[in-house]
Amino acid sequence: MSMPFYVAPEQMMKDRADYARKGIARGRALVAMQYNDGIALIAENPSNTLRKISEIYDRIAFAGVGKYNEFDQLRVAGVRAADLKGYQFSRLDVDARGLANQYAQILGQTFTHEMKPLEVEILVAEVGLSPDRDQLFHIMYDGTVIDEHQFTVLGGDMEAIRGRMAERFIPGSSLQDAVKFAHQALSIGDTPISSSELEVAVLSRNSSRRCFTRLSESSITQYLI
Amino acid sequence: MPLFSFEQDPGASFGELLKRVGLSPFGEAGPTTEMLVPHATTCVALRCADGVVMAGDRRATSGNLISHREMEKVVQADQFSGVAIAGAAGPAMEMVKLFQLQIEHYEKVEGQSLSLEGKANQLSMFVRSNLPAAMQGFMVVPIFAGYDTLLQHGRLWNYDATGGRYEEHDFVATGSGMLHAGTVLRMGWKRDLTVDEGVELTARALWEASDADSATGGPDALRGIYPVIASITSNGFTRVSDAQLKITYEAIAKGVGQR
Repeated sequence: MSMPFYVAPEQMMKDRADYARKGIARGRALVAMQYNDGIALIAENPSNTLRKISEIYDRIAFAGVGKYNEFDQLRVAGVRAADLKGYQFSRLDVDARGLANQYAQILGQTFTHEMKPLEVEILVAEVGLSPDRDQLFHIMYDGTVIDEHQFTVLGGDMEAIRGRMAERFIPGSSLQDAVKFAHQALSIGDTPISSSELEVAVLSRNSSRRCFTRLSESSITQYLI
Repeated sequence: MPLFSFEQDPGASFGELLKRVGLSPFGEAGPTTEMLVPHATTCVALRCADGVVMAGDRRATSGNLISHREMEKVVQADQFSGVAIAGAAGPAMEMVKLFQLQIEHYEKVEGQSLSLEGKANQLSMFVRSNLPAAMQGFMVVPIFAGYDTLLQHGRLWNYDATGGRYEEHDFVATGSGMLHAGTVLRMGWKRDLTVDEGVELTARALWEASDADSATGGPDALRGIYPVIASITSNGFTRVSDAQLKITYEAIAKGVGQR
C-alpha cells in the first residue's frame, strides 16, 4: 500500500522560507537612509542599465533585491497602481502605506499558495513634507511588512551591514555623508566597492513635484572622495 | 494591484492600462444631440533660435457667453514639451491630463523618456480616439511643441480632429482665432528669433485675434489676467511671468494707440 504524500505545514513553510532567504542572500545588498533633505537609496549594482532603485510616484521610490525579473514585475505593478490611483482620485491620495500593503498581499499570497515563493525583498520609501513624515516600508519575501525608521538594509549579508550602518548613521547628515556611510557599510569585502558599481538615487524633500532623482556616476565618484 | 498575464499586459501604455481596468474615458459614440459646453480657443506656437514659444489666451466660451476667464490652455507636458489645446474644454483638459500621465507613466515603466517624436505620435492617437466625440461637436485640436534633446532644436506639431499630425517648421495657430493670430505670425516670423522676440510676437498675435474674434480673450488688465506664454529651450519649460506680460501688453497697447 502506498503512503499518501504528506508534508507538515510547518516544514513546508520553513522550506519555502529557507529557499527564499537563500536566493535573496546570494544577491547584493541595498541601503536606504534619511539625510538632511530627504531619503537616499544606495545599492551595490554592477549593472548600469538593470536598476534596483526606481521611481514609483511623486514622492515614492521603489527598491528591490533578489531575483531581478520578480522585483521588476512588482515595480511595474506598483507604478500602475500608483498612476491609476492618482488618475482616478488625486495625486495626494497616492501613499507608500497603501502600496506597501498591496505588495504585502501579493508576496504573502505567493508565499503561501504557490510552489515557489518570490525570492525578493522590497522597499517602498516615501519622502514626507517633514522628516518625521518620512516612511520606509521594508517588505519581506513572505509578505511581512516592517515599518523602518532612519535607515534600512535589504539583501546580501543584511545583519552585518545593518550593524555597520548602526555604527555610522547620524541623523540629519548631508547627502555626501549619507552616501559615504552607506558605501562604507556596504563594502564588507576586502576592497571597497568601486563607484561604478554603486547605484544611488534620492527622494529630495523640497523638489516641486517629482522628488525622485538618480545620481550620475560622476557625482557618486565626487561624493566618495 | 493590477497584475496581468503575458497576453493581457498593457506594456507602458497608460491608455491601454485604463482600458484593461475599465477606466478609459474614451467612450463609443453616444446620442447625437448637440450640447452646449465650454470651448477653449486660440493657441499659437512658433519656433525660435533656442527652441519654441507657445501661447494661449485664457477665455472659454459657451455659445456667446464667457464661461471661464482664467483657463490655462498651454500646459507643460514634461520637462521639454508642452501642449496647447483648443476645442471643447472638458475633453481637451481630460486629454491633456491623460497625455501628461502617459508620458510620465512610460518614463517610469520603461526607465527612459519617450522621444519627442514619440510623444507627438502618442498625442495624435489620443486625438484620434476622441473622434466619436468630435463628430458630436466636442472637437479637440491641440498643438504640441517641444525641444528635441536629440536633434537639439525646437519642433512643432499641428493636429486635425481625426488625429492627423503635421510637423510645422515656422509657426502654427489653432482655435477660433487661428486665422487672425496666424496672419500676425506669418507677417512677423523670421528665422532665428530670440525667445523674447518670440514671446512678443505671440503676445501680439493673441492681441490681434482677441480684437477680431469674440471667442478669444485679450489681456485683462482689470483682473490681472494675461495669456499663458511659455518658452521651451534646452533649459526646459519656462512660463513667462504675468509681470513681464503686463509690460509687453502695455507696450503693444501703446503702439496700437498710436496707429
